[in-house]
Amino acid sequence: MQKIYTKIESIIGNVVTVRATDVRNGDLALVGNSYANVIKLDNDMVYLQVFAGTQGVSTTDSVKFLGRSMMVSYSEHLLGRVFNGTGVPRDNGPSLTENMIPIGGPSVNPAKRIVPKTMIRTGIPMIDVFNTLVESQKLPIFSASGEPYNELLARIAMQTEVDVIVLGGMGLKYDDYLFFKNTLEKSGAMGRTVMFVHTASDPTVECTLVPDMSLAVAEKFALDGKKVLVLLTDMTNYADAQKETAITMEQVPSNRGYPGDLYSCLAARYEKAVAFEGAGSVTILGVTTMPGDDVTHPVPDNTGYITEGQYYLKNGRIEPFGSLSRLKQNVNGKTRNDHRALMDCMIKLYSAYKESLEKKSMGFLMSEWDEKLLKYGKLFETKLMDLRVNIPLEEALDLGWEILADCFLPNETGLKTALLQERWPKDLTLT
Amino acid sequence: MSYVTGKTTGVNGNLVSVLIDGSIKKNEVGFILVGDKRLKGEVIRINDGIADMQIYEMTEGIKVGDTVEFTGELMSVELGPGLLTQVYDGLQNPLPNLAEKCGYFLERGEYLNPIPDKDWEFTPKVAVGDIVRPADAIGTVPEGIFNHEIMVPFDLSYEDWTVESIVPKGIYNVRDEIAVIKDRKGNTKSLTMVFSWPIKKPITCYSERLQPDETLITQIRCIDTFLPVAKGGTFCVPGPFGAGKTVLQHMEAKNADVDIVIITACGERAGELVEVLKEFTELTDPRTGKSLMERTIIICNTSSMPVASREASVYTGITLAEYFRQMGLSVLMLADSTSRWAQAMREMSGRLEEIPGDEAFPAYLESVIASFYERAGKVKLHDGRIASVTIGGTVSPAGGNFEEPVTQATLKVVGAFHGLSRERSDARKYPAIHPIDSWSKYNSIVDNDKVNEARGILKRSIEINQMMMVIGEEGTSSDDYALYQKGELLDASYLQQNSFDPVDAACEPARQKREFAVIYDIITRRYAIEDKNEIRMFFNELRQKLLDWHTIEFNTKAFEEHENAIRTFYMQKVCE
Repeated sequence: MQKIYTKIESIIGNVVTVRATDVRNGDLALVGNSYANVIKLDNDMVYLQVFAGTQGVSTTDSVKFLGRSMMVSYSEHLLGRVFNGTGVPRDNGPSLTENMIPIGGPSVNPAKRIVPKTMIRTGIPMIDVFNTLVESQKLPIFSASGEPYNELLARIAMQTEVDVIVLGGMGLKYDDYLFFKNTLEKSGAMGRTVMFVHTASDPTVECTLVPDMSLAVAEKFALDGKKVLVLLTDMTNYADAQKETAITMEQVPSNRGYPGDLYSCLAARYEKAVAFEGAGSVTILGVTTMPGDDVTHPVPDNTGYITEGQYYLKNGRIEPFGSLSRLKQNVNGKTRNDHRALMDCMIKLYSAYKESLEKKSMGFLMSEWDEKLLKYGKLFETKLMDLRVNIPLEEALDLGWEILADCFLPNETGLKTALLQERWPKDLTLT
Repeated sequence: MSYVTGKTTGVNGNLVSVLIDGSIKKNEVGFILVGDKRLKGEVIRINDGIADMQIYEMTEGIKVGDTVEFTGELMSVELGPGLLTQVYDGLQNPLPNLAEKCGYFLERGEYLNPIPDKDWEFTPKVAVGDIVRPADAIGTVPEGIFNHEIMVPFDLSYEDWTVESIVPKGIYNVRDEIAVIKDRKGNTKSLTMVFSWPIKKPITCYSERLQPDETLITQIRCIDTFLPVAKGGTFCVPGPFGAGKTVLQHMEAKNADVDIVIITACGERAGELVEVLKEFTELTDPRTGKSLMERTIIICNTSSMPVASREASVYTGITLAEYFRQMGLSVLMLADSTSRWAQAMREMSGRLEEIPGDEAFPAYLESVIASFYERAGKVKLHDGRIASVTIGGTVSPAGGNFEEPVTQATLKVVGAFHGLSRERSDARKYPAIHPIDSWSKYNSIVDNDKVNEARGILKRSIEINQMMMVIGEEGTSSDDYALYQKGELLDASYLQQNSFDPVDAACEPARQKREFAVIYDIITRRYAIEDKNEIRMFFNELRQKLLDWHTIEFNTKAFEEHENAIRTFYMQKVCE
């Protein structure tokens, strides 16, 4: 028997209160036609956060408690579909109600985790060669606004060898949403993609649900043996939505208005990245735009403490400095024998190039060595760093050797002789 | 025995208000009955007959009117043989056992026995009629690398207890009665190998606290020589993300010259722990020849686990450390990261609607941090043995800015500060401890005056470098340039250490003294070279030689020879 309440006591922000009994914390309710969940109980006062916002909600609207928490349908039918933050289809397809699973479930027992050891190939040399993405890794892309981070995500979605892609869009511009949809449809990757999209014009509360919906579905696919890649864009919008809710609830803000539990909120989501022994895995690639290009802003700062590295997107390229994949050591020793040495060597030379470039800009005289470095830096930037480059790891490594051979003598690279003999492009004799 | 019960009246995040029907204590543990689950919580405030409890689990599904059962006990841990090698969560739930029971996920409301139900070979140390006091050993059981003492529970009143009965040497279950003791009034107490102790109360069964004056060897040159830690002392490691805090702590956990290491991962990544587990199981401890795991306990409350038990986890860790200290052992307790612990307090404080302090941290932040670090110490036990608990905590300051409240509150109470710098980690200078900004109040393994002199040279070298950026190399005198190179040399070939090199990764104290003597000699001499290019080449070559020297095994002929070669090399250029 479901009791219907028709007297709303207060409406503040996205939160309404009613007097009701026998209501459980976290339960779902219908306020008018919109879903809401219970976020606070105080004696017989029940605080409900209305997903669609409270605009137009009347004090006599009906409130019906559904006796269950927020859920999402899980099945193969999800693939190729687009939903909003509450799981309602956005693509004119039928709504899915079978096999409902709860969202925001418990965290994985650390004792059940395994050391990640499989590389994920993306075809982007700056990732594959220099900061390899590893299955079950959680990695954000730190980016200033205006950088082509969504293009990068879409490319990774299209090219990556995974079974299922879950795309969680938060505060997406409508154009960006269409861009994702069209790109994935054109490339044929849509058939293995589920999208949960909250656009900038949708109610804020839905934004906070997107990561939980996406990750609950991803986790289920992984338990069924699938290799899942979750793309979340943009986590800063998610954090801002959390901030908005916290402030309406009169929580004490901690840093630049963000709630004190921002770290825990982000961590609970990112920590869903996992590899299950004997089943599949969840890898998370998120976008964190840095307001004012400031990495010490609370959102990128907290994210950096949670994730296993980060990619810096700057001037349309993934920066070799600052970018880091903490798990790359687990895999790049097993790809090809020259991978690690070549990676270190090329980065060292690139950093030397940066120094020469600085000297040049200050008007110092360029030595022969500086000239070599300048040539190298240019080649490195156009042939490897450019995001349009799309080649497998092995080809990228070969290309690296070619660039080195083009600019330097073998003994100038600081690489071991044995490796030089094996890999130095043949048309050059060793001196 | 009937317990006090209550009914819930409100839920706000992980804070639950309960109307109580009897007498309860502050910080008492209670269980909320939700369906067939019992969710553990702790009373943190009592106001007008309403108890506010922080719940160590997710609070979804709790209703107003749910029954709450109070236990009459404070939040406690179980102490006894079988603790070593375990992996616990913040409430001392053994995680591997939990995984066996529940599978991949952490089910809420599941609490397992922290001390494994195992048989041990017990050897009594006292006889019937003997007088014992709390923390006195009544016997021992062999556990892995050492004899685990079975002690009289710490919470008994501190007076003479007479041994009424004690079992003979033999195999007993950890929860079997092994002895009965009687106080003066004739009250008897049955003892097993296990007893419990409230985590927020320091264990003080010792006769006096001593000055921490013995250096705790970490085999990290930069720490032992320049920024030493003492047994029974405290140190903190603040640093921005990616500066290598966790890696540094793991190096300390691996190489520290102590009997027991307790690693408390408080609100950090779960993946890192998996690596520690794997690595420590495979590594052997050079002191005992057994796996490093045998001297290690891991308390693991990762970032996605409930916030309230994150707060408990550092106390669980320190209580276990104090327990082993009572056996005359030296214990190192590492907490990573104390900022997450402070944030857990901040979240609770916010829900309690307390007046916020700096950056919304509660006003009592400083005193709580201080009393935690004060639980470290070198002590003289009642039987005269010396034992110690050393605490090392990492701090994750927001934005890498050391001015924030947690770092500042920590700096006030610790004896050594190892500040990590983003600049140094970006330049791949590991360990990324900033040699000038950091400080230590403890004794170095080498002469303190020489260390200060070396630090002075390094400081001057950094100043010259900054000056050169403005006026260029041309405007710098040869003397200054040589000084600059000396500082660079000290940094590159003494302070930095390659943790991936099998020899360089751990530098024993005797070796540090030898190496420091050489480097000290080099940087305090004057050289007869004027040309800056030559100076640079001279120091570059020295650096190369020193780096090679670090990778040669100590106490070998090659080591001697290389040292002599280095000395001959620089002595040629010395001007008298």
